[in-house]
Amino acid sequence: MTATAGALSPARRGALTRERVLGVVYLALAAVIVFVFARVEGADTSAFGLNLGRGGVQLPDVVVPSAATAYLLALIAASLGAMQLIRGFGTRWAVVLGVVVVAFVLAFLTWASAGGSINFAGLMQSTLQRSVPITFGALSGILCERAGVVNVAIEGMLLTGAFVSAVVASATDNSWIGVVAAVGAGGLLAALLAVLAIRYLVDQIIAGVVLNILAIGLTSFLATRVLTPNPDLNSPERFGEVQIPVLTDIPLLGAVVLENNAFVYMMFAAIAILSVMLFRTRWGLRVRAVGEHPKAADTVGIDVYFVRYRNVILGGMMAGLGGAYFTLGSTGSFEQEMTAGRGFIGLAAMIFGGWAPVGSFLAALVFGFADALQSRLSILNIPVASQFLQMAPYIVTIIVVAGLVGRVRAPAADGRPYIKG
Amino acid sequence: MKLELRGISKAFPGVVANDGIDLVVEPGEIHALLGENGAGKSTLMNVLYGLYQPDAGEILIDDAPVAFADPGDAIAAGIGMVHQHFMLIPVFTVTENVMLGAESVKGPIGLLDTQDARGRIVALSERHGLRVDPDATIEDLPVGVRQRVEIIKTLYRQSSTLVLDEPTAVLTPQEIEDLFEVMRSLKAGGTSIIFITHKLNEVLAVADRITVLRRGRVVGTAIPSETDEADLARMMVGRPVQLEVTKASAKPGEPILEIGALSVLDDRGQMAVRDLDLTVRAGEILAVAGVQGNGQTELVEAVTGLRPIGAGEIRIASEPIRQDPRRIFEAGVAHVPEDRLEEGLVPGFTIADNMVLNTYYLKPFANGISLQRDAILATARQLKEEYDVRTPSVENEASTLSGGNQQKVIVAREFSRPIKLLVAAQPTRGLDVGSIEYIHRRIVEKRDEGAAVLLVSTELEEVLSLGDRIAVMFQGTIVDILEPDEATPERLGLLMGGAHPEEAAADEVSAVAAEIRRS
Amino acid sequence: MSERAADQAPAPETMGVGPPERPSTPTRGQPALVSWLLGVPRALVVPSLALLTALAIGAVIIILSDRDFVTQFGSNPGAALGAGLTSVRDAYVGLIGGSVGSPRAISETLLQATPLILTGLAVAVGFRAGLFNIGAEGQLYAGAASSIFVGFALVGLPAFIHLPLAIIAGIAGGALWGFIPGFLKARTGAHEVIVTIMLNYVAFRFIDWLLNQPFFQREGRTDQISRFVEPSAELPRLIEGFRTHWGIFLALAAAVFVSWLLFRSTKGFEFRAVGLNPSAARYAGMSIGGTLILAMMVSGGLAGLAGASEMLGSNKTLTPGFSPGWGFDAIALALLGGARPLGVVFAALLFGALRAGATPMQVSTGIPIDLVVVIQALVIMFIAAPALVRGIYRIRVERRIGSEVFTKGWGA
Repeated sequence: MTATAGALSPARRGALTRERVLGVVYLALAAVIVFVFARVEGADTSAFGLNLGRGGVQLPDVVVPSAATAYLLALIAASLGAMQLIRGFGTRWAVVLGVVVVAFVLAFLTWASAGGSINFAGLMQSTLQRSVPITFGALSGILCERAGVVNVAIEGMLLTGAFVSAVVASATDNSWIGVVAAVGAGGLLAALLAVLAIRYLVDQIIAGVVLNILAIGLTSFLATRVLTPNPDLNSPERFGEVQIPVLTDIPLLGAVVLENNAFVYMMFAAIAILSVMLFRTRWGLRVRAVGEHPKAADTVGIDVYFVRYRNVILGGMMAGLGGAYFTLGSTGSFEQEMTAGRGFIGLAAMIFGGWAPVGSFLAALVFGFADALQSRLSILNIPVASQFLQMAPYIVTIIVVAGLVGRVRAPAADGRPYIKG
Repeated sequence: MKLELRGISKAFPGVVANDGIDLVVEPGEIHALLGENGAGKSTLMNVLYGLYQPDAGEILIDDAPVAFADPGDAIAAGIGMVHQHFMLIPVFTVTENVMLGAESVKGPIGLLDTQDARGRIVALSERHGLRVDPDATIEDLPVGVRQRVEIIKTLYRQSSTLVLDEPTAVLTPQEIEDLFEVMRSLKAGGTSIIFITHKLNEVLAVADRITVLRRGRVVGTAIPSETDEADLARMMVGRPVQLEVTKASAKPGEPILEIGALSVLDDRGQMAVRDLDLTVRAGEILAVAGVQGNGQTELVEAVTGLRPIGAGEIRIASEPIRQDPRRIFEAGVAHVPEDRLEEGLVPGFTIADNMVLNTYYLKPFANGISLQRDAILATARQLKEEYDVRTPSVENEASTLSGGNQQKVIVAREFSRPIKLLVAAQPTRGLDVGSIEYIHRRIVEKRDEGAAVLLVSTELEEVLSLGDRIAVMFQGTIVDILEPDEATPERLGLLMGGAHPEEAAADEVSAVAAEIRRS
Repeated sequence: MSERAADQAPAPETMGVGPPERPSTPTRGQPALVSWLLGVPRALVVPSLALLTALAIGAVIIILSDRDFVTQFGSNPGAALGAGLTSVRDAYVGLIGGSVGSPRAISETLLQATPLILTGLAVAVGFRAGLFNIGAEGQLYAGAASSIFVGFALVGLPAFIHLPLAIIAGIAGGALWGFIPGFLKARTGAHEVIVTIMLNYVAFRFIDWLLNQPFFQREGRTDQISRFVEPSAELPRLIEGFRTHWGIFLALAAAVFVSWLLFRSTKGFEFRAVGLNPSAARYAGMSIGGTLILAMMVSGGLAGLAGASEMLGSNKTLTPGFSPGWGFDAIALALLGGARPLGVVFAALLFGALRAGATPMQVSTGIPIDLVVVIQALVIMFIAAPALVRGIYRIRVERRIGSEVFTKGWGA
């Protein structure tokens, strides 16, 4: 898309339209709050539980009048919507979007728990846990795409990691070896992608789709052929929760964040390490150079092919690790197609997060929240069918992908094979 | 260092880019490499920098032969290159770009020591008068500053010979002066500079010696104090090949294409066409000459609806146009595009399909949404005969055709209907002499049928032989429009190189006077 | 002369799709052109080898996962290998028998091939316009839902009205589901791969919901099953006693239609131009956005028709998971068939045979039907990387010199 800056060139017109759309959306959300979420009994209150039921400091529930809270949140959304339409928010538009979304969600929760209570802390913890595979998927995507290779096979790598970790952990009776095997399997699949895309110049997306189909087919086949008759190969030991002493006593945050299984901690570590490596080291500078302008990198002596191969394989290993979460960190056994699209959601989180580890994690939290919400809300009596809530993560993904294209910058050479001239 | 290129030859499929070139650059010398597009300058430098391997010849540094397998070797030997298209990463800062590949690090995991690099950059910047802000992001910087960053990149790696490939192509006059100061300062410090350009005045202003290339060969060397622009222009451009098309004189009629105060931005948001006025009448060929990169592409795209107009107006047959290629086409405009494979043809389509690429939806080629294959094939066969397209069958894919025949397909398609305006951009690029002659004849025929023709070309012979009026485009504007008898190669060369018309005229006068005195 | 970099590979969207003889290699030195020029037989070489290789690897997988093989390998490799090979033989014999070994088998093959032809055509149309439609599965479900709804909601209509209406409803449902990603791509540039995949999941959930609604769910049932289609909206059987229905004719008719559309209509001309060279298409005045939207709608409509055919012909009722992944197989089919309708039909017949034979194979040998999925995935992989196949089998490909066009390449 060419960027011209005449009086009413397409780019500026586009920006205006986007701002208008956002403003209208905020107002619409406010309307939904007023006409749906505020429709509760006048005397109803919503209680937000802030404890996880373990020791430590017990916080009292936060109790708010349902209707009034909803109206307040609607007011916030509406005024922001009006301001957006009138003036726009310039560079702070993302923050405002975040505020409106949070307001909307809080209003929804208030409505859902009107006359009752909702375990907010539990919701938060569930959010964190569900964001783990998505984050790993996003980190995998970052490793690949920052070097300029599109990887849509993350889904397949997650699935392969899940399968391999379950089987190996069961066979060796050692979950850590299962994790290592998953990492290796993910790396292997990624190596295949790298060879297809870099050496044989197969279109990166076709290669990714093919590998996904292969992974789904192979894991389903082997699950039926090998795991069903041998259930002892599919009963690995799950990672237990690891509590960090003292710090878990911090109310709310402590319990939610610091009483989780190893995968959550590994995720935090991965986010931190990748962040530092990517943005503060020579390694990261070179990777990003290859992803932005491989020819420039080549002219200063960087081996573009090597960097791409290496990063894709590392990405695969990261995805394999994330895949192990499904079995060893969550359900404890492998089921066919258990990843249910998390790999793709991870890609969306990566885009949403601006191809950065921390940003992707925050985006993954959003998706994780949608995921956690829909599983909890079946308990509460809301007139919205659970299936629509289940759709939420996917619809959010579509909106993100459609809305953010052009707003966020992919690495400039993403998806384009490099051919030494 | 003393750098010598001896007998360098390099060929690509179908083209000989460098043919036995010798070049000697003494230490601490600013050596200019002058030539038109296609002369072989960039190829030669890419050979020097290790991006290409020469087919023949050798490179000597301080009289010892060296071989560069890749840019790393060249950099290690002390050669630094500032490419015409910058090798800078837009989203990185100045420091990051300069550091890349030669990073300062501390600690076991290779943490970037930005402070150290910054310090060195600031030092270099002050020493050579290259003002840059080390923390600025490249994409925010104007082109002139980006170039300084590229120069600092080479100095950072302690290069002793600096190659500047068309550095002034994107600079304002003031920035050019600044650049010359930097060059002189570098030279004073012992750095040799190879300065590639097509602009005559610059060469005379700053070079110690000049080597002129034409069509892959060295045609002469000169010393600025002993030569002048006219002389250099003659060497650079050469005598025109006698590709004269016999044509009757033009009978211009109504203005068909009227461009007023047109400004157009290029893909990077820079002004490519500035406040340009131009009129083309029915029955005349207006040829626009100029070195590639002076806004011609954007001008053509604006006229044919492929690029939005920033400011100003374009009228065709007195109607202002909407930037919609199909509307413009239906208004009677034919476009022979600059890049036949990228824009003019769908290589995977058959020749026949390509011949109806913009008419497929009209009768007789379509009846509603149903394509009439027979009509398409019949027309295609007829056009193939008429335009002499060499192919066994019009149902072969267009990619099987040679360049000349592909262009004929495009020409056949565009010329075979009544048109008011023909826009032809580089219509004979890369073609053999026979095809060139053929297409030139056809263009003149169209003119005689009453069409207005806007011809944009970097080939001087083409411009001179076809143009009824000749405009020269430089840095986005028309610097002058000449009648055919005023348009000598020297004069055109001067205008294309940015020399002022009055000076050109003055030069002519003094040259003639000198002739008279000598006789 | 401006610098046309040699590393200017075509954009991902338009790369690598088209006849198998035109793989995703850069335009310099087009080796694949040769295959086409040397005639059709050559064009079959790579797909055939791909299939054989995939079958071979499939055999390896069968052997390695065979219990007898694994337990005996350490002590008696010979017997282990024998057991493994027996497994393979049984599997492939079962496969062949189940697919073409009897009239019933052939009928099953045609039955399985019908939705495959339609979804394969759907993806092929998308490919032609440069679009990766991974959402054929969701579009299939959308079409199934809309067609079955019309099928049971309208009572008392004569068959010659009701049946076409239900079919049209199916096409419309799929077309709507295809419109969304097309529109988003045209307007916002959102990549259709992610959008279509997401819409697949949304479709599945939506069907789940529908099947719990009283107006949709069969009376008296609490499980997820819809009402029966009215007899007036059923696709009749071809021959009494066999399950094949008129859907196969719909599928073949669709193949003819797609062939006409792509090669004999102005719209198809536009699809192909946009898919092969969007710059030239734009230069020629075509509307890129409009073309993309239309292509996605046609693609979705074809997949929707597949859903309708299954509902009205085979199942007569909607359940979740009625499709064993036809929409995903479609990607393989489109690649295997070279995005040509005839190729897709043959590929669909092949895959239909594999699927039809898979169940009897599982019944008689216990080898899960997912093996077929694996083989299919391998086939796609080899098709997508013909260079890989050529590398394995060392097929020489001559380079054509002299007809190269050399406007690109070197800077002056």
